[in-house]
Amino acid sequence: MDHRLKAGSRTAAIRGGVALFALAAAMATAWAAETPLTGTLKKVKDDGVLVVGFRDASIPFSYYDVNQHPIGYSIDLANLVIDRIRQDTGRADLNVRWIPITSQNRISLLQNGTIDFECTTTTNNESRAKQVDFTNNFFEIGTRLMVKKGSPIRDFTDLKGQTVVVGAGTTSDKIIRSLNADKQMDMNIISAKDHSESFLTLSTGRAKAMMMDDALLAGERAKTKDPAEWVITGTPQSFEAYGCMVRKGDAQLKALMDETIAKLETSGKMSTIYHKWFMSPIPPKGLNLDFPMSDTMKKLFAHPNDKPAA
Amino acid sequence: MDYHWNWGVLLQPVATGEPHTYLGWLATGFMNTVALTLCAWLLALAVGSLAGIARTLPNRFARAAGTAYVSLFRNVPLIVQFFVWYFVVPELLPATAGDWIKGLPPYTQFFVVSVLALGVYTGSRVCEQLRAGIEALPKGQRNAGLALGLTLGQTYRHVLLPVAYRTIIPPLTSEFLIISKNSAVASTIGLLELSGQARQLVDYTAQPYESFICVTLGYVVLNFLIIRLMGFVRNRTHVPGLLGQ
Repeated sequence: MDHRLKAGSRTAAIRGGVALFALAAAMATAWAAETPLTGTLKKVKDDGVLVVGFRDASIPFSYYDVNQHPIGYSIDLANLVIDRIRQDTGRADLNVRWIPITSQNRISLLQNGTIDFECTTTTNNESRAKQVDFTNNFFEIGTRLMVKKGSPIRDFTDLKGQTVVVGAGTTSDKIIRSLNADKQMDMNIISAKDHSESFLTLSTGRAKAMMMDDALLAGERAKTKDPAEWVITGTPQSFEAYGCMVRKGDAQLKALMDETIAKLETSGKMSTIYHKWFMSPIPPKGLNLDFPMSDTMKKLFAHPNDKPAA
Repeated sequence: MDYHWNWGVLLQPVATGEPHTYLGWLATGFMNTVALTLCAWLLALAVGSLAGIARTLPNRFARAAGTAYVSLFRNVPLIVQFFVWYFVVPELLPATAGDWIKGLPPYTQFFVVSVLALGVYTGSRVCEQLRAGIEALPKGQRNAGLALGLTLGQTYRHVLLPVAYRTIIPPLTSEFLIISKNSAVASTIGLLELSGQARQLVDYTAQPYESFICVTLGYVVLNFLIIRLMGFVRNRTHVPGLLGQ
């Protein structure tokens, strides 16, 4: 009898435990039901895999260090976003895969699901915003020129009849072609595949000037043997904001990233990251870009927004 | 997948203010691809024929030169050859010559370099096919030609090559088709041929699927034309009773 009684109470205890557990589980489900995860966040929670795009040669935003790991200003931001995703989905074991992207394939790879988001050097503009969603902007640039020291080219008006190199598919590409057509400047325009190739075209003397986002020009210059040989010049032809791209309609991820970026910008954390990449020596050669923060960027950090470039 | 289809974009004027539509860009790209394919193919036939003949000559040095050419150009990736011709060769030349080349209008440079790179590379493949065509002939034909009192050159001109070329029309057709598609590598040095224009179209309109579907059709049309052209050549040069036909 005793024995059976004991056994009965043990069963009761187990039953009670199960009931408690079931209650807890039900509560957890109820809480989850309040905010069912959708889009990328749901996928991350289910599979524990997140795929992030990066650029391999956009100094100092996103590029390889000596061990072929992506580093840079934008990558620091991406990593903070990943931390936040890890927290919100409760996947401490999140497996992050980094995939190299180019200016040409970044939109397609995002749309077809190869990557989940990217924070690199993508200008937030209206034609792209038809295909993807942009998060809050995290950088502002002006498009300017780089020439060899002592070159007679000082500004865009001096480019008449000259050969200019730009990155294929960049905003500079559009602007310089429009300028050429509007003002009949008779320029030869070379569209190079990436930033390194653009600079190769400039440094071998094929082009007399290279037009690009000023921060990227400073990055290319920092890579050269003798940075003092190259001068960044010219009135900015446009001001543009970089944003991270997420898939169109991936509202939860966008909200998460918007909030993360806004918090970083208003708290001053983003300014610290800026200082690290633009005002201090950076890998691979320990050069300092020495590129002080512009007023437009200070304004952006004070009032985070996801407005496309004009 | 969440994609916003918009075929009408092709008829829109380009965003750069030049007086074209995006379809016009694709048309220019198509013409560039056709021009590049034809020029490079002629160069490949010329270089490949010379090297192919050299590899079957009795002269040891001629054979060695042909072999060296094939080993070098057939074994190095095409895209590397493009970069070497475009970026490295002008730096190896004397400074004045190099600067003169680099001072030429960029599109002339792109086109000439592309024809050279593509032609010389494909030439190495044509060379091997012609050599195979010549070596497939019975040895007696060469000896008979020489025994008749023909010089070696005459034997090649009147006995060996007419049959060898007819034999290799099918693989040459494949080679012609391949060169038309390999021409897309020229976009990596900046020539805006068909695939280069497609890339540009994607950059400007953010409509990748429309662009690449158009480009695919462009290559299909070009390849269809090449197949018809080579079929026509085969029928015109057909000799009844030869090659079991």
